[in-house]
Amino acid sequence: MEYVTPQSASEASQALLQEGAFALAGGTDLLVKLKTRFVSPSIVVDIKRVPKIMTIEQSAEGWWIGAATPCAEIVEHDSLSKDWSGIVEALSLIGSTQIQGRATLGGNLCNASPAADSVPALIAAGATCVISGQTKEREEAVENIVTAPGITTLSKGEFIIGFKLPKPKLRSGDAYLRLIPRSEMDIAVVGAGVSLSVTEDGKIEAVRVSLGAIAPTQVLLTGLEDIFVGKEPDDDAIQKLVAVAEKACKPIKDKRGTIEYRTKIAGVLAKRAFAIALKRANGY
Amino acid sequence: MNDMTQNNLERALKIVGTRPPRPDGVDKVTGRALFGSDKSLPNMLVGRVLRSPYAHAKIISIDTSKAEVLNGVKSIVTCADFEDFPSEFVPNGEMIVNLKDITRNIMAREKVLYVGHTVAAVAATSEDIAEKALGLIDIKYEVLPHVLEVEDAEKPDAPVLHEDMMTIGIEPSPKKASNVAKRVEFGFGDVEKGFAEADLIVEREFTTQQVHQGYIEPHACLASVSEDGQADLWCTTQGAFVVRNFCSKLLGLSAAQIKVTASEIGGGFGGKTVVYLEPLALALSRKSGRPVKMEMSRAEVFTSSGPTSGAKVWVKIGVKNDGRIIAGDCVLKYQAGAFQGAPVGPGAMCAFAPYDMVNVRAVGYDIVVNRPKVSAYRAPGGPISEYGVESVLDEIALKLEMDPIEIRLKNAAKEGTIAPYGPKLGPIGMIETLEAAKAHPHYSAPLGPNQGRGIASGFWFNIGGETSSSITINEDGTVGLTLGTTDIGGSRASMAMMASEELGVPMDLIKPVIGDTNSLGFNFLTGGSRATFSTGMTVVRSTREAIEELKKRAALLWEVDLNQVEWVDGHARLIAGDEPKTMSLAQIAKQAGKTGGPIMANCSMNVTGAGPSLGTHIVDVEVDTETGKVSIVRYTAIQDAGKAIHPAYVEGQMQGGAVQGIGWALNEEYIYNDKGELENTGFLDYRIPVCSDVPMIDTVIVEVPNPNHPYGVRGVGETPIIPPLAAISNAVSRATNIRFNELPLSPPKVLAKLMHG
Amino acid sequence: MSKTHVSTCINGDTHEFLCDTQNTLLDVLRHELDLTGSKEGCATGDCGACSVMLDDRLVCACLVLGVEADGKEIETIEGMSSGSELHPIQQKFIDLAALQCGICTPGVLVATKALLTKNKNPSEEEVRFWLAGNLCRCTGYDKIVRAVLEVAADMRNA
Ligand SMILES: Cc1cc2nc3c(=O)[nH]c(=O)nc-3n(C[C@H](O)[C@H](O)[C@H](O)COP(=O)(O)OP(=O)(O)OC[C@H]3O[C@@H](n4cnc5c(N)ncnc54)[C@H](O)[C@@H]3O)c2cc1C
Ligand code: FES
Ligand code: FES
Repeated sequence: MEYVTPQSASEASQALLQEGAFALAGGTDLLVKLKTRFVSPSIVVDIKRVPKIMTIEQSAEGWWIGAATPCAEIVEHDSLSKDWSGIVEALSLIGSTQIQGRATLGGNLCNASPAADSVPALIAAGATCVISGQTKEREEAVENIVTAPGITTLSKGEFIIGFKLPKPKLRSGDAYLRLIPRSEMDIAVVGAGVSLSVTEDGKIEAVRVSLGAIAPTQVLLTGLEDIFVGKEPDDDAIQKLVAVAEKACKPIKDKRGTIEYRTKIAGVLAKRAFAIALKRANGY
Repeated sequence: MNDMTQNNLERALKIVGTRPPRPDGVDKVTGRALFGSDKSLPNMLVGRVLRSPYAHAKIISIDTSKAEVLNGVKSIVTCADFEDFPSEFVPNGEMIVNLKDITRNIMAREKVLYVGHTVAAVAATSEDIAEKALGLIDIKYEVLPHVLEVEDAEKPDAPVLHEDMMTIGIEPSPKKASNVAKRVEFGFGDVEKGFAEADLIVEREFTTQQVHQGYIEPHACLASVSEDGQADLWCTTQGAFVVRNFCSKLLGLSAAQIKVTASEIGGGFGGKTVVYLEPLALALSRKSGRPVKMEMSRAEVFTSSGPTSGAKVWVKIGVKNDGRIIAGDCVLKYQAGAFQGAPVGPGAMCAFAPYDMVNVRAVGYDIVVNRPKVSAYRAPGGPISEYGVESVLDEIALKLEMDPIEIRLKNAAKEGTIAPYGPKLGPIGMIETLEAAKAHPHYSAPLGPNQGRGIASGFWFNIGGETSSSITINEDGTVGLTLGTTDIGGSRASMAMMASEELGVPMDLIKPVIGDTNSLGFNFLTGGSRATFSTGMTVVRSTREAIEELKKRAALLWEVDLNQVEWVDGHARLIAGDEPKTMSLAQIAKQAGKTGGPIMANCSMNVTGAGPSLGTHIVDVEVDTETGKVSIVRYTAIQDAGKAIHPAYVEGQMQGGAVQGIGWALNEEYIYNDKGELENTGFLDYRIPVCSDVPMIDTVIVEVPNPNHPYGVRGVGETPIIPPLAAISNAVSRATNIRFNELPLSPPKVLAKLMHG
Repeated sequence: MSKTHVSTCINGDTHEFLCDTQNTLLDVLRHELDLTGSKEGCATGDCGACSVMLDDRLVCACLVLGVEADGKEIETIEGMSSGSELHPIQQKFIDLAALQCGICTPGVLVATKALLTKNKNPSEEEVRFWLAGNLCRCTGYDKIVRAVLEVAADMRNA
């Protein structure tokens, strides 16, 4: 196994073009797979020295989070946490303190696990990622990256440099909740990210809800505009949200939960995360 | 001469009962302490194990020829390298083992019986080469149908694991082999008559899943066999002598040829009482002539060491309207894993043991299935059977509208009670722990919404066993203690404290070490909560013998009769005489050369008289009724320790045991797929409690002295894992008004029950 | 297989070693450098027994490649005491019996020191969540959490 530390994006994508190449960010997924001999890369491309990949920046349009910035650093960023509490909560749930010291958003997305915690929150927020390739950079919505467990739409030689989060709207809020059997150190049985904004008179202006671990990929719920937009979110609307969430579930039965359980929890968490996001949007 | 059995129950104590720093503390907080995998030798090879991918299969052929010629491979062993043994049962802690099974468990012979069963082992110059070599070993299997659950294994058409296994303990003895290894029964009176007289009968079935001890340190060892057949083995174990005896049998070496040195041990809880890697490493080393180090991966620990049984439990209890139990009956079916030896005997013995029974019966079945062979786990068998009994008792209390402590007090076993397994009990602390629970502020604290409070009690016998230790008085007045029982949780401190108390010298002058198998007589393993009790007994006796010798030497120096000398506060003192004369231990020790040579004493005995320890736990849980998730809100553990030598470590045992019990109750379970493969082979999915899962575990130590020990010690290590299962289940049942009868109470299971009843 | 030359600073001392690229930092510490104080309980990031500081961040040494350590500063349990003086956290763990078997202890101590550097006055809940990646099977965590809270108070008052 070869190990390289490219100093630029083009060097990195050059290296990633090789047969059996794997990008290495925090390594908290990749090293586990190495240890259990699930993968045997011929070359590991440590992308952490690529410019901008480890930075957090604020601009007029919103936020930039470098794809290889460790979660612990993101969590420590106060103004980012204020703008996007739900996203920061989601990524702060990844693993333990030790895992936080290494784990990254790029790795969480590209590992392409249906249970990845940051992904529903990023999708709900309408985040995009900037992908660096052989010749050019491109920008893509986060929901368009993962197509199946372990599979992404990145082509050979491409990798993610960073994520863009829009500047939050006035009177908006986001939230992420997951269910795990323990209080920490567990992989989500279900995860739910909600991002919404309200009008001055308390009506829903926009809403996005994304669920994790209930299908082969994260799911962005559809049909919520009709239920919510332009109205006050009453009990009836919330019941409809629960129904939409439950209907979106195509879970597998595995060691982490039954189909029935995941379906039920999807509704519960969507409802609860919605309530938190709404509170935040209303400024509590 | 000093009375060796004199007890100190009435004496004012200076050291015993205090909380001094432990002698091995500094090594453990600096990273100096050497655990199983921390030692290396020059020229050392790495050993790796090839394991069965099938749950049940016949081994048709094993071809190691390709692996043998791989550069860097130095030795390979298979079943051909180990002698076979006829069936012979030997006791091992609270468990019984059979050499015929042990040799097949460490290395499969005719068949593989679980996924992860060892089929070959390789020693090579690097880990990578060893792994490659495993891939080159060609094994042909004929895959057989497998069976994982006791209710399936019992069926007449079930795949049979051992074609020669006839159920023991039923009349007439069967002619056809089955998976039921044995039936046991304990009890007295007439349960049918009792039930006929009962005002209320509750009968329930319970299920518990297979769980693992979950020690953080994987099994590891380092073996070095020289050309003349002398073997050195360094390993992480609860019993170096037991390892020596197993290995000498399995490898055909004499006891004197193997020296086993126990490393510091990173947790065992019963799981490090048998051998897995040790005989393989010795065999590989013997064959290659080089030292061999072996370590299990975490996944191997889960698939291929010895977890404890999952079980089916049926309990029926009949009471009079006043809450008095008139009859108790239970049937326990425990998974043994691939070879017989489920802890169903002890499970049946203690099922009803906290209570004074009139009519009682406990029947147990030991049933083999295609899972790893179970090993001991903290109070082996007890948590499972007592979970059933304590749950039914809680339901009865609810139905009678009685306080759950009151109903237990009404039936509590006490001194003179005949235990369901036969003997008349000495003084025990059941009533005392219940009274302490009732008086504890926790018991009367208000509960919040969706919260419930559960209580349960637990009984464990504890054991003694063969023990030896020695004491040396050094010329400078310091004292060496050599102990043969592994220190798994601070017992060196307790031993030094008892010696210090007896001698009357400060504890920091006493240095306890754990000896290797050449330095002492046989010592049984650390298990059965016997370390502080049994080793303590030999330490007290050898110390008293040393004191006797010190007095003799003082008498010589003073030229008086021995009976003129007494021992007070670390000094010999002349009893009669014009002026008071004393001589310190150090002064006597300094002149030992003149008075007959070095002063030392040892004590070897087969310790008996262990006292049962009872505990009662109180737990508050909160149930999220929409998700089924249960949180532990408050926890109090109360236990009779007899006498707490070092209270902090007694509390530690109670807290650690309680939290293991919480794990068992809430989320721990072996999850198999339909191929018989274990799906959760890591700590991410085998969910032992993490720090943020639990509250502080309050403790109350009750002391009802054990009259058979000079300080009144009972074992304390095992009882605390018993009550949590039922206490938590009872709390969840009370919080939701639905009776739960299946563990673990994981969110999906709880929600399913809330939704569908 | 060719090895990579790596130069790091461990507990203040420069170390140079040759490393197979697939070896983890934990392999290197334990097997190449004989720093066996960092323990291996799982090798997959789940137990925290291998906790070390890597450029002032708490990480699992089993989830870092040895070659990644090049040019970095590493602190392990072996560097916690100074001379013959135990660190107050180490002393407190002994005094309060916050260890039984001791296999988790090095990792817990390294993690605790990292916490108290960042947060001088953690609540019980903060301590529990910070240490959630350090599994301990012996103590039930009670005495560990008490020791951390108590030593934090001592260090604030010192
Ligand atoms: C103990 C433990 C607990 C965990 N708990 C959680 C949890 O609670 N929730 C959760 O969601 N996850 C959890 N994980 C998984 C993991 O920590 C996260 O998925 C993490 O975010 C991965 O990031 P990384 O930088 O470490 O990824 P790496 O291991 O470096 O990479 C993961 C994969 O993505 C690829 N990759 C990495 N970065 C890029 C990039 N920028 N562009 C393209 N490809 C890239 C790599 O080639 C690799 O295939 C846990 C892992 C462990 C070991
Ligand atoms: S060994 Fe690194 S976390 Fe367990
Ligand atoms: S003290 Fe044994 S694992 Fe923590």
